[in-house]
Amino acid sequence: MNNVFEIRDLSGWFGDNQVLKNIHMDIAQYTVTSVMGPSGCGKSTFIRCLNRMHDMTPGFRTTGEILFDGVNINSEAIDPVTLRRKVGMVFQQPNPFPRMSVFENVAVGLRLNGKNWSRNGLAEVVEKSLGMAALWEEVKDKLDSPGVSLSGGQQQRLCIARALAVEPEVLLMDEPCSALDPVSTAKIEELIEVLREKYTIVVVTHNMQQAARISNNVAFFLLGELIEMDKSGKIFTNPSDKRTEEYITGRFG
Amino acid sequence: MNTLSFRRKAIDTGMRWAFCLCAFLVILPLFMIFFDLVSKGAKELQWSLLTNLPRPVGEEGGGIANGILGSFVITLLTMIWSVPIAVMCGIYLAEYGKGRLASAVRFTVDSLAGVPSIIMGIFGYTLVVLPMKRFSAWAGAAALTMIFVPIVARTTEDMLRTVSQPVREAALALGIERWKTTLYIVLRTAQAGILTGILLAMARILGETAPLLFTILGNQFWQTRLDQPTAAMPLQVFSYAISPYKEWHDKAWAAALVLITLVLFINIGARRLTREKR
Repeated sequence: MNNVFEIRDLSGWFGDNQVLKNIHMDIAQYTVTSVMGPSGCGKSTFIRCLNRMHDMTPGFRTTGEILFDGVNINSEAIDPVTLRRKVGMVFQQPNPFPRMSVFENVAVGLRLNGKNWSRNGLAEVVEKSLGMAALWEEVKDKLDSPGVSLSGGQQQRLCIARALAVEPEVLLMDEPCSALDPVSTAKIEELIEVLREKYTIVVVTHNMQQAARISNNVAFFLLGELIEMDKSGKIFTNPSDKRTEEYITGRFG
Repeated sequence: MNTLSFRRKAIDTGMRWAFCLCAFLVILPLFMIFFDLVSKGAKELQWSLLTNLPRPVGEEGGGIANGILGSFVITLLTMIWSVPIAVMCGIYLAEYGKGRLASAVRFTVDSLAGVPSIIMGIFGYTLVVLPMKRFSAWAGAAALTMIFVPIVARTTEDMLRTVSQPVREAALALGIERWKTTLYIVLRTAQAGILTGILLAMARILGETAPLLFTILGNQFWQTRLDQPTAAMPLQVFSYAISPYKEWHDKAWAAALVLITLVLFINIGARRLTREKR
């Protein structure tokens, strides 16, 4: 299988505080990888390295390599803007653009990405993206209402549609369900199930059941270290590391 | 025990009344000014005041039409360049400025906002009137710019800061460039607040008198050239008011009423915009 990401000896610091320690990880194409661990273990920090969201954070620096399709994303050759068009992201809190309609929210990535889109072309992409995010049926009659007028779960799927509209290869999801109710969570999980056929997905979660349900592979983080990464079945039934076992049996974290 | 709770309640009630009383004292002057203006200016407030040029003492029907035009022209002239400069300065302070340089800029902008407006008039006089060797709308607009820009720059900064970080991150994560994120996403999110700030600053410069004394001077005619002395409403109020004639005093009251009504309407419009946002 093709590796989309190959992470080699990645360490990260906020100032003098080391938050990621020598992480080594391969992420294969068309898989769902869950990044799991207790709060503050560096899992969010880790996936934000993958689309260089930390560029905006003063004082954050990394060492090591993150190869995306074989190219180090921190090298001069890579423009973060181009990278982010290929590596989309969904955040913990649904964050549709406040003053934009449902339609505009999905279309804005394309509109601002430089090409001239015809109204019809945009409408097509918007419908397709909302369809992939399993939201089209619910919003097709209110494309012009504000994105923030939707329910929390719908807003999160709108954010997924927005990310899909620019046709990324990878979708990073930073605890996408932690602000949602169980019904909305189930919908997002179903969606991930479908999306894995076309996208490589990395999900941060601290919900072990969720990780077990949705992922091919699970990576367990503790205090900035990748303790172990393996097939989801193996991690939850027969983990190699004692700390993983202690975490999933609820002895700490 | 009982007396203590009585005392506590009495102090609570007393304080509540003190707060209400102070709030009332603060808003009282506006109503007093407005009713005073209405009672003294209403009788001269007629259509001809708005459409006629000033006329000599003794002649009926003089107005402030050229002042209304002049105020409109210098306000517009000021805003044409001030709005983009001020908004972009605000963007710098909120989105790009870091560390000591940004603090220095912010401090300077705040200080500029606190400079007495008469000084701005002298500034316009030295910078524009002296080299051009004449009073002009250009000079007036230059002076008003110094008042307008700091207010709007700081409002823009404050409004942009109310836009949450996740909104910026969402845009960047879509592969939208930083400057486009700032202009088309962040600015748009804060647009109602920024527009409100612009309108309030506009109302402010519409009523400024001191900076115009040394810069546009005022006149009695229609004036469409920007390099000539120009009339403005507040200046006309001033010159009517300091005249020794009773009928001109009445005109001053009426003109002041027109001015304050205009400013009030702009402020109400600005409030409307902010309310829509919520």
